[in-house]
Amino acid sequence: MEKQLMKGNEAIAESAIAAGCKLFFGYPITPQNQIPEYMSKRLPKIGGCFLQAESEVAAINMVYGASGAGARCMTSSSSPGISLKQEGISYIAGAELPAVIVNIVRGGPGLGGIQPAQSDYFQATKGGGHGDYHLIVLAPGSVQEAADLTYLAFDLADQYRTPVMVMGDGMIGQMMEPVVLPQPKTEAAAPKTWATTGYNGKDRERNIVNSLYIEPSVLEQVNMRLQKRYQVIKENEVRCEEYMMEDAEYMIAAYGTTARIAKKAISELRKQGIKVGLVRPITLWPFPEKIFQKYTDRVKAVLTVEMSCGQMVEDVRLAINGKIPVTFFGRTGGMIPTWKEMAAEIQKLAGGVK
Amino acid sequence: MPKVTFLDETCKGCGLCVRVCPKKIISLSPQINTKGYNYAEVTDMEQCTGCASCARMCPDCVITVER
Amino acid sequence: MAVVFSKSKVLTDVPLHYCPGCTHGIIHRLVAEAIEELGVQERTIGVAPVGCAVFAYNYFNVDMQEASHGRAPAVATGIKRALPDSIVFTYQGDGDLASIGTAEIVHAATRGEKITVIFVNNTIYGMTGGQMAPTSLPGQVTTTSPYGRDVNHCGYPIKVSEMLSTLDGANYIERVSVNNVKNVIAAKKAIKKAFQYQVDGKGFNMIEVLSTCPTNWGLTPVEALGWLEDNMLPYYPLGVYKDKGGESK
Repeated sequence: MEKQLMKGNEAIAESAIAAGCKLFFGYPITPQNQIPEYMSKRLPKIGGCFLQAESEVAAINMVYGASGAGARCMTSSSSPGISLKQEGISYIAGAELPAVIVNIVRGGPGLGGIQPAQSDYFQATKGGGHGDYHLIVLAPGSVQEAADLTYLAFDLADQYRTPVMVMGDGMIGQMMEPVVLPQPKTEAAAPKTWATTGYNGKDRERNIVNSLYIEPSVLEQVNMRLQKRYQVIKENEVRCEEYMMEDAEYMIAAYGTTARIAKKAISELRKQGIKVGLVRPITLWPFPEKIFQKYTDRVKAVLTVEMSCGQMVEDVRLAINGKIPVTFFGRTGGMIPTWKEMAAEIQKLAGGVK
Repeated sequence: MPKVTFLDETCKGCGLCVRVCPKKIISLSPQINTKGYNYAEVTDMEQCTGCASCARMCPDCVITVER
Repeated sequence: MAVVFSKSKVLTDVPLHYCPGCTHGIIHRLVAEAIEELGVQERTIGVAPVGCAVFAYNYFNVDMQEASHGRAPAVATGIKRALPDSIVFTYQGDGDLASIGTAEIVHAATRGEKITVIFVNNTIYGMTGGQMAPTSLPGQVTTTSPYGRDVNHCGYPIKVSEMLSTLDGANYIERVSVNNVKNVIAAKKAIKKAFQYQVDGKGFNMIEVLSTCPTNWGLTPVEALGWLEDNMLPYYPLGVYKDKGGESK
């Protein structure tokens, strides 16, 4: 299995193809353009379909259609474009369709900036479309992880008939690292008996892909069904890295690129005798609350670091449930926190510079 | 002799068939169906030519035409 | 005696929920007959809009997808690209297609998507209670143009068939009406041709059907046909606007 030097965006695209993604619908937006560009080159060569849609709205609805017809398909965008997709995502969740949506996050709000950020956490995990639904949200911290999690996303989407988001900060999409790409799937996927593939009146009932249930008692049942599904996902699909937590007295909570920088801060702090570790959620939803709860009587305080004004910190606080102090440090607008800034925050928690 | 059959219970009494019948032999009944509509009926089947104008205009597929 | 006219098997047994005299019923029937006569029922997939026809998936005896408002052409694109051998149609009203969905219909047309679009134009928003549509006529009174559509304030209606016919990607565009039997027969022919073209691998195909909304126009169903004849036919002329395979305006 050979390592290739690849840009995160391209590794995501190639990995999706390895997972059997045959259709890609997207729209240009910085910093994810390499994904549609790569797909436009690769998909026609393997009998797939690349289509640049007229907007991100159209793209997510093309995903809805293709997914409803039983195909593995995806779209990608960045923050403002993901905002546009929210209605479509809600429809996909409500219609119980599998789909993979990639968000390479840039500074916001509004047109914002093109540099990396992590300010879409709320949008991804607490909404951002209407209704009671959840996206499985996977947050890679390296190009390798971006490839692996994209590959996984398709399986999770099909398994649970739910949309899955792969959310990388802009750095993950743009940087180049050595990666071992996942092996292309060889066996055919299980047939989707619920898909709209044509009704011949014999083999099955007519299939309708739909999220409209005009009877409230029926819609409630549908919601209960979705909630049960989310419960199963919460019980089975949490992914999280615990780094140097065995003897840690202080915890840094961070994900994506921020977590990598935190590891540097941890290594420098440990040289000074401060025992600090990292809890890095890889699934932002389901959130690894049980893992945080494990440490509330072993750790003195938690520093949450994000490239935002503080979004994941709210889930950290909820998980910690007031047992120990949770503080926040963030840079935003595309600014990247430095390990020194993080280290200084931990030193404050530890009672001043040693 | 051509014949048309109307499904009284499906008819919504919209009157489009009445308008288009070239022989003017359709009218809305003074009776109502269970949904409360005055359903359409043929007053003089002998005159029916089986042209199917009524059936073609009916939005609810109430009418079957035999010839 | 033989049965010369009966309900198509491409329509389910579910009674239509449309208002008495609503021309949706006629148009549904014509679409179903076209699908049946072309023998493509088993590979047809329809896309329902948001609008009065939101429950269209209950009436067509084929696999169906419900799209979000305006996005049916994009959903249809996804289906057709995933299953190129399927016959895909969208069924959309004037709000769905000409307001929120303007980008989607223009781009499906310009891409030459090999789909069939049935565009039901009744110059008003039916399902939501009679608001102005992009196709509402100058001076037309609606619940959001209570003094009549003022072209100085909110402009002129969109002539969708004319507009889309300028696109090289469009294959067949015809405007028809269902106000009388002669026009219903012509509409059926056009709709069947729009499906036939897709069977032949050609696209983009659209039939704009001038239709009535008795309830929101405040008229009886028969009066509504008259309103269509007096007001809509002059503004939205019937005819073939694009036909790569034949003659057009």
